[in-house]
Amino acid sequence: MATHSVTEDCEQLRKAFAGWGTNEGLIISILAHRSSAQIKLIRETYAKTYGEDLLKDLDKELSSDFERVVVLWALDPAERDAFLANEATKRWTSSNQVLVEITCTRTSQQLLLAKQAYHARFKRSLEEDVASHATGDFSKLLIPLVSIYRYEGDEVNMTLAKSEAKILHEKISEKAYNHEDVIRILSTRSKAQINATLNRYKNEFGNDINKDLKTDPKDEFLAILRATVKCLTRPEKYFEKVLRLAINKRGTDEGALTRVVTTRAEIDMKIIKEEYHKRNSVTLDHAIGKDTTGDYEKMLLALIGHGDA
Amino acid sequence: MAERKKITIIVRMGKKLKKEGEKITTSPEECEALRKAFSGPHGVEEKSMLEILGKCNPADLTTFRKNSPYIFLDDEYCFEKWDPFHMKSLQIKFLHFQRAVIQRTMHPWERDALLVRKSLEEKPPLYNLLIELACTRTSDEFLGARKAFQCLYSESVEEFVAVKVQGFQRRLLVALVSTYRYEGMRIDEAAIKLECQKLARAIKTDHRNEIENDDEVLRILTTRSKHHLKTIHKCYKEDYDSNLEEDLDDIQILRDTVNCLCAPPIYFSKILDTSMSICPAEQEMEALTRVIVTRTDVDMKDIAAEFDRKYGAPLIERIEAAALGNYRDFLVALVKRGMAN
Repeated sequence: MATHSVTEDCEQLRKAFAGWGTNEGLIISILAHRSSAQIKLIRETYAKTYGEDLLKDLDKELSSDFERVVVLWALDPAERDAFLANEATKRWTSSNQVLVEITCTRTSQQLLLAKQAYHARFKRSLEEDVASHATGDFSKLLIPLVSIYRYEGDEVNMTLAKSEAKILHEKISEKAYNHEDVIRILSTRSKAQINATLNRYKNEFGNDINKDLKTDPKDEFLAILRATVKCLTRPEKYFEKVLRLAINKRGTDEGALTRVVTTRAEIDMKIIKEEYHKRNSVTLDHAIGKDTTGDYEKMLLALIGHGDA
Repeated sequence: MAERKKITIIVRMGKKLKKEGEKITTSPEECEALRKAFSGPHGVEEKSMLEILGKCNPADLTTFRKNSPYIFLDDEYCFEKWDPFHMKSLQIKFLHFQRAVIQRTMHPWERDALLVRKSLEEKPPLYNLLIELACTRTSDEFLGARKAFQCLYSESVEEFVAVKVQGFQRRLLVALVSTYRYEGMRIDEAAIKLECQKLARAIKTDHRNEIENDDEVLRILTTRSKHHLKTIHKCYKEDYDSNLEEDLDDIQILRDTVNCLCAPPIYFSKILDTSMSICPAEQEMEALTRVIVTRTDVDMKDIAAEFDRKYGAPLIERIEAAALGNYRDFLVALVKRGMAN
């Protein structure tokens, strides 16, 4: 892998903005092929050299979907999560899923960094904003998910798995989906423990828990519960589904597409691509190529190939 | 029968030894000093013990035992038996200094993690201790304690609290231990006004069990920054001419939460006062060590000022009256150090 000079990158980016119009190709060829650590250095050097914030210049020069994917990518991962979470708290119920996605697929440390970035940028805590905007059952689930610093160890207590699988089954059978024990188990237990509990659930009671949570397809709280379970136990499958729905949707859901690509490019995009191929019989590259155009498409494709360099 | 004869012989021999000329060398004053050395609620007076016991002969010891009816009991076989309750409490008193030293030298994260564990493993559970830890530490300090807890116990604080606590207290306590509050000074004036009204309405109109389940009350107390909450407290006083925590008085854990978040020196000076009362319970006594050791680097000056204002006596004076020996000297040194910062 060729070494990149930060100074050269800054000069090239500056050139890309110069004069009439913008050299989008140049922007993609640089930014899509740098890690978040390298981009951080570029932003610092750019600010020192030209006295301006790279992100502000990108915002000025670019527009619409292409701008959003580039700016989101150029943000540091913690800032990106803080930005997306903040956006989600301002919207209504459909964005609850974004909050579940961010809080459940990140590691405890990543979520903590996002919360610190949130303090710095918005001068409030993420918990405050989620609590102010979410209501009822959603807030009972979302606030703990946002706050809790999950234990990340692999230890599993099989006795606990058995008893908690039983509790979950009981409450679900009673349709007490918002019961405090359901919320307690999903929001406080470690991911390894939850996995063990849900495996036990399937062994004892025959169904995947998400199957049992599908009793009312229109119930939004159940949808959020299912998303929580999926994000905690099979994130790559969760992301595959989000991508599939975003692409297959009439007109494409660029928001979701951009979000998943920029947040997972450096993390587990390779696995997500494999899942996508398995489930859809076409590659993600192919699907994105068919469904999007122009610089937006080029940037997405460059990012999902990011880890392959 | 044979047993009785044996004991009578022993007693007679004892009296004989005494008669054969062991003089009593300790004065009544020294006996009194020695009694005092054993008898504080907090710590032991090592110096007296060393000096006086160091030179006591068996006759002195017998005199001491006979003249200390609260420490030694008369036994029917004519020897002065150590009161078992007193002996047990003496063992604990010797530990006060040791505990203070260990707590002081321990990393604050480990110390707080151990205290969190203890707060819910005691019977009855010490919710106020848990609230103290979650609310008087900064967000990063308590986060450190949460990490240490995971390291020590292989589970998160949140899981632990959620399992140990039920009902309304669970919602409050889990939220208090999980939140990562904004620590800055930026506040939203409009939100403060609105939330002040919400709290007042909840207090004036709801029954006790409704306040406990009031989502808004919980939200405000468990997610807002400390500066925001202190401003609400001020606003509440101005608008309703009353202190928020007093109006929540019959729900102790809400009152403790408000105190710890809005005015830690008031909370701490109160539990210091209780710890040095005439006959404190063991948990209350331990607060003396804990508060001095943990606050000497933080707000000891404010606590001492509040203590002086509320109880009319300087904190150091009260400690000197209530504690003994090395333990007393250590606490006083920590208080002085904290006040000088």
